[in-house]
Amino acid sequence: MSVAITSPEFKQNATEALADPQLQAALAKAGPGFVGKRRDAIAKLPEFDALRDSVRDIKNHTLAHLDLYLERFEEKVREAGGQVHFAVDAAEAREIITGICQRLDARTVTKSKSMVSEEIGINDHLAAAGITPVETDLGEYIIQIRGESPSHIIAPAIHLNKDQVEADFRRVHTDLPADRDLVEPTALLAEARGELRQRFLAADVGLTGANVLVAETGAAVIVTNEGNADLTQTLPKAHIVLASIEKLVPTLEDAHQLLRVLARSASGQDMSVYTTFACGPRRALDPDGPGEFHVVLLDNGRSAMLGGTLKEMLRCIRCGACMNHCPVYQSVGGHAYGWVYPGPMGSVLTPAMIGIDKGANLPNASTFCGRCEEVCPVRIPLPKLLRHWRQQEFERHLTPAPQRYGLKLWAFLARNGWLYRPATRLAMRALSLFGRDKGRFASMPLAGGWTATRDFPAPEGDTFQAQWRARKAAGTTSRSPAP
Amino acid sequence: MTSTPSSRDTVLASVRRALGVTSREAPRRQEVEARLASHPAGVIPARAQLPPAERLELFKAMALGAASSLDHLASAAEVPGAIAAYLSTRDLPLKLLRGADPRLAALPWSSAPQIDVWIGPSDGRQPVGLSHAFAGIAESGTLVLFSGADNPTTLNFLPDHHLVVLEAKDVVADYETAWARVRAQFPDGQLPRAINMITGPSRSADIEQTLLLGAHGPRSLHVLLVGAPS
Repeated sequence: MSVAITSPEFKQNATEALADPQLQAALAKAGPGFVGKRRDAIAKLPEFDALRDSVRDIKNHTLAHLDLYLERFEEKVREAGGQVHFAVDAAEAREIITGICQRLDARTVTKSKSMVSEEIGINDHLAAAGITPVETDLGEYIIQIRGESPSHIIAPAIHLNKDQVEADFRRVHTDLPADRDLVEPTALLAEARGELRQRFLAADVGLTGANVLVAETGAAVIVTNEGNADLTQTLPKAHIVLASIEKLVPTLEDAHQLLRVLARSASGQDMSVYTTFACGPRRALDPDGPGEFHVVLLDNGRSAMLGGTLKEMLRCIRCGACMNHCPVYQSVGGHAYGWVYPGPMGSVLTPAMIGIDKGANLPNASTFCGRCEEVCPVRIPLPKLLRHWRQQEFERHLTPAPQRYGLKLWAFLARNGWLYRPATRLAMRALSLFGRDKGRFASMPLAGGWTATRDFPAPEGDTFQAQWRARKAAGTTSRSPAP
Repeated sequence: MTSTPSSRDTVLASVRRALGVTSREAPRRQEVEARLASHPAGVIPARAQLPPAERLELFKAMALGAASSLDHLASAAEVPGAIAAYLSTRDLPLKLLRGADPRLAALPWSSAPQIDVWIGPSDGRQPVGLSHAFAGIAESGTLVLFSGADNPTTLNFLPDHHLVVLEAKDVVADYETAWARVRAQFPDGQLPRAINMITGPSRSADIEQTLLLGAHGPRSLHVLLVGAPS
């Protein structure tokens, strides 16, 4: 389904998410798993950091020559018998895809998971044209039958529990016996497999995204663990690849530098189960495969990002590691962000795509703890880019008045050290005194919004500046930081 | 429907404007041509850079770690018997579908006459498919398969059980070595329609992040590894 923008209501969304016990339980269960699996996988690959540098450099090189690699990619797809369609914006991409489906008299379109397809809202557009889109990734299928959007870029149904999935399957799969046993998750998986197998075989067109596009060969690379992207692209009359222009890399070798960091960062696997290099339509002697092969290359504002501060965001390979390690995402889930891309990467991308006027809240949804940048496989300086948006927000007077006055007050104090030092010292000592019993505050005057869902830590003693001065006097400042 | 020339030109012009280039700069073009021609390998993990016998052992360990099953057979002559044993121990019908690959056709099927062997692509009704791999990759226990009449792609995804013959001499250390072999096989640069890299049976963790095997593709992936490394 198309995602209605609720990013301007981020604070309200977040408040509701924090008060949703089912969502909180789902997040608490899923989050640590991703972190641990990634950590274990990279511990077994000493070259992981060198690969991150390598992929960063490949992406930077490709972006600096993107016009030329786009031309090469197009030429190679054509040579293999496929067609390339450039789309300036979401509306044009929707028209191209719907046009291909209508020309082929398509009634159903199977889809493998694609965040770009969420970005352009293709499902509603197809449905309006009388064409039924069928999501085939298990998580995407679950949220499609619920009328929801993905809450995570690689685990779209991460906000749901097994009982909710069972209830939805009973509601939708009415042709199956009502008394069937769906207690075990394996029974749910088997039921989805059975339902979707028929849809795969009946589909007229298959629509996939692409994790990588290879300029050298014109290949669209897609990875899945389920095999749904392969059934989606192999069985119908036509395979449409919908991909954004920054997915390009020059060569097959470059693709594998990227794939080595992708699965490890995303799911902690060395390699996803299925990695497919699709190079055009069915050949003369092929007994299977799609008769037509189309690649829709979407810009939608990306080329404009190439020239500015946000350029580094175009390296993103959509692994989800930043949201898996983000304390804000882990507290509120993906839907609170209010559009397609959640978490730190989404907070950078969303204002660029829907406008800072609508997306201004998202760059503020960060504690600047820096974990997103630490884990990013392509070394995107996400906190720096979030700061860029905060600056834009302030400069465009989008910041709420109390916050502006607060910032101005703080700036005045910070510029006048003779006032700042005693003021912070006084506040610190007061907090330390009142919070000394427990080391934290469960409630505080004027800070109920903070303490409703978490404790405020009490300062342990003096201000940083005071401690620094004391240590300098004692000659211990060159030591490593105090524990 | 083809892309209107204006959209193509608009996107490329927008990219060039942002980069501050015109597309006519010779050094940029040369840099791109050089990269495509030399296709540098980048960082290759040391993990699989091993002598042939150890490399093969790594492949086996990684394939098993990805939940594949595996028979290591001394020669291709043992393949039909191993398939018959696989089918009967799992109570499967003694029937399989394969492509026209001459290496599969040359197997001594008469040694396992109880197996009913059909040739062609899958329409989803066959429980067992048999393919011949182009290569195996030790680094991750991955199989490399080509589309085409020899090994139809549908056999990789529709049957519940996917059996794959892999010759030990075709087990290479890493993806880069596999691509070098692909380039040698297709010197004109025209690759098969699909190149599938497969690492274990189908799975999903979309329900409460619990990993379950057998999502949309095969529930079992069985490797018939043949011979010794060259």
